[in-house]
Amino acid sequence: MPKRETFQDLLRSGSAAFGMGLIALVLLVALIGPAFAPHDPLTPAPLDRLKGPSAEHLFGTDSLGRDIFSRVIFGARISILIGLISVSISLLPGTLLGLVAGYFGGRVDSLIMRLMDMLLAFPAILLAIFITAILGPSLPNTMVAVGIVYIPHYARIVRASVLSLKEQLFVQAIAHLGGGHARILGRHILPNALPPIIVYATLGMGTAVLQAAALGFLGLGAQPPQPEWGAMLSEGRQYIQIAPHVAAFPGAAILVLVLGFNLFGDGLRDVLDPSLRSL
Amino acid sequence: MPTGYIAKRIFHLALILLGVSLLVFLMLRMIPGDPARLLLGEFATQEDLTRLRTQMGLDRSYPVQYGIYLANILQGDLGNSMRNGSPVVKEIGARLVATLELSVAAMLIASLVGIAAGVVSAVRQYSLFDYGSMFMALIGVSMPIFWLGLMLMYLLAVLFPVMPMMGRIGMGSEPEVVTGLMLVDTLAAGDVEGFADALHHLVLPAVTLATIPMAIVARITRSAMLEVLNKDYVRTARAKGMGEAVVILRHALRNAFLPVVTVLGLNLGLLLGGAVLTETIFSWPGLGRYVVDSLMARDYAAVQGCILVFAGLMAFINLIVDLVYALLDPRIRVHA
Repeated sequence: MPKRETFQDLLRSGSAAFGMGLIALVLLVALIGPAFAPHDPLTPAPLDRLKGPSAEHLFGTDSLGRDIFSRVIFGARISILIGLISVSISLLPGTLLGLVAGYFGGRVDSLIMRLMDMLLAFPAILLAIFITAILGPSLPNTMVAVGIVYIPHYARIVRASVLSLKEQLFVQAIAHLGGGHARILGRHILPNALPPIIVYATLGMGTAVLQAAALGFLGLGAQPPQPEWGAMLSEGRQYIQIAPHVAAFPGAAILVLVLGFNLFGDGLRDVLDPSLRSL
Repeated sequence: MPTGYIAKRIFHLALILLGVSLLVFLMLRMIPGDPARLLLGEFATQEDLTRLRTQMGLDRSYPVQYGIYLANILQGDLGNSMRNGSPVVKEIGARLVATLELSVAAMLIASLVGIAAGVVSAVRQYSLFDYGSMFMALIGVSMPIFWLGLMLMYLLAVLFPVMPMMGRIGMGSEPEVVTGLMLVDTLAAGDVEGFADALHHLVLPAVTLATIPMAIVARITRSAMLEVLNKDYVRTARAKGMGEAVVILRHALRNAFLPVVTVLGLNLGLLLGGAVLTETIFSWPGLGRYVVDSLMARDYAAVQGCILVFAGLMAFINLIVDLVYALLDPRIRVHA
C-alpha cells in the first residue's frame, strides 16, 4: 500500500488521529518544553515543599519544593527515550531471531523458540526486575531490562509471518532462480513481514513506557534526582495523604503518552493489516 | 482428550521449567558481589569466608553447583533466607496464599464486569454505551496500575474515608491461620464481622489489580460476540422466535467463549505480575511485595525461590489453558 494512502487512512480514523495528536504533544514537550519550563527541575526549594497547584506552580511542588510541572516537562524526554531505546533493543534481536527460526526451521527453530519460551515463562515485570537487579538500578539498565523482556514477542510474530511467507510462490521462485538465503530474507521476506512488526512496535512503545515507569516506581529505575515519571510517582506515594498532586500529575502524563501509542497502534493495525485484530 | 497430547504438554512444561531453573541459576551467578561476603558482612575474616563458601558449595564447579541446586529444588528445598535464616519455602508459602486470594478476587471482578461490558457493547454496537465502555477499556490498558491504586486510595480512603488504606484485615481481627485465606479463615471461625472486614480490605487492591484484565476481557468479548452474532445459527434462533436474552446468552455467548477463556487464562499470568505493584501500594503481605523487599535487601535465595515459584505457576496456568482449549476445540489437538 502506498505510504501516502496509509497516512490518509490513519488521519481519517478519528482515534488514530487523536493518538497521533497525543504522541505529537508529548514529543513537542520533550523537544522544546525544557526551554520554556518555568523552574529548574532539579534545584530544591525547601521553603516551597509540598505546595498544591497554583499560578506559580501549575502542578504544585514535591517534597523538596521542586516544581512538578517543570519536572513533568523534563520527564517527557526521558519517557520518549525509554520507549524508543527499549523497543529497539527488543525489535532488532527479536526480528533477527524470528527470521532465522522461521526460515531455517528444524533444530535452529526449536532451539531459538524454546529459549524464547523460557523467557516467556516469567511474568514480564518480574523478569525486568530480575534483570535490573543483576545489572544494577539505573535508567539505562531499565531500558535494557525492558528491551530484553520483549524480545520473544517480536521473535514469535516475525517467525509466524516468515512461516507463511516462505511457502509463497514468489519466494520459492527466487530460491529456484538461485537467490541466496540472506538475499531472500533481507530483500523479499523481511519487507513483507514488516506490517505486524510496525504495529507491534508502536503498541510496544506504550508497554515499554509503562514497564519502565513501574521499575522506576519500585526504585529500580531512574535514580533521584532524575525527573522520571515512575520515580516521581514513587515519591508521591509517601505523601498521598497530604499531597496527592505529587503522584497525580506524573501518572497522568504516563497515561497520556501510553494512550497515544495505544490509539495510534490500534489505528495502524486496522490500516496496515486488519487480520491482526487479536494482537 | 488423548493421553499422548497431555503427556507431550507435560513433558514440554518440565523442559521449560528445567530451562528456567538453569537461566535463574546462571543469572544469579552474574550478580556482582560475593554471596559469602554479603552474608558475613565487611568484617569477616578470610578464613570465615572460605569456610562459608565451602559450606555453601560455592567452591565447586558450576555444573556440580547446578546439580546440587536442582536436587534441592526437587526435594522442595529452596534454601534459607539470607535475612533471617528461615527456609524460603516456608516464607513463600504464607505469602503465596495472600497473593492467590488477591488474584482470584481480581480475576472474578475482571471476568464478571469485563464479560458483561463486552456483551452489552456488542449487542448495542455503536451505541453510547459501546463507545463509552470501549474508551474506558482503552484507558484501562493505558494506565499505570500503581497510579490507579494510589488515586483510588486517595479518593476512597483519604478524601472520602469509606475504605481501609492498606493491609488484609483490621488490627486485632486476625483469625487463626488455617488456610491462610482471610475470607475462608474468618468464615471457618464463624467470625462474620471479621469476614466483612477482610472483604472490605480486599476491595481496593482487587479492583486495582482487576483493571487491566477487565479492559482486555471486555475488548475480546465484544469482538468475539460481534463475530458470532452475525452467524447463521443466531439468525435461525431468532427466526424461531426465541427470546433475545436466550439467543444472546445461550447461543451467542456460549460460542464466543473460546477466545474469552484463553484470554482469561493468559491474564492470570498478567495478574501475577500486576500483584508485584498492587501489593507494594496497598502493603498487601503477598509474594509480589516479598520479592521486591527481598531484592532490596539483596536476599538472593528468597528472590530465586520467588521467581521459580512465579515461573512455575505461569507455566502451570498455560498448561491448564492449553488443555481446556483443546478440550473445547478438538481441532487444536490435531495441529499441535
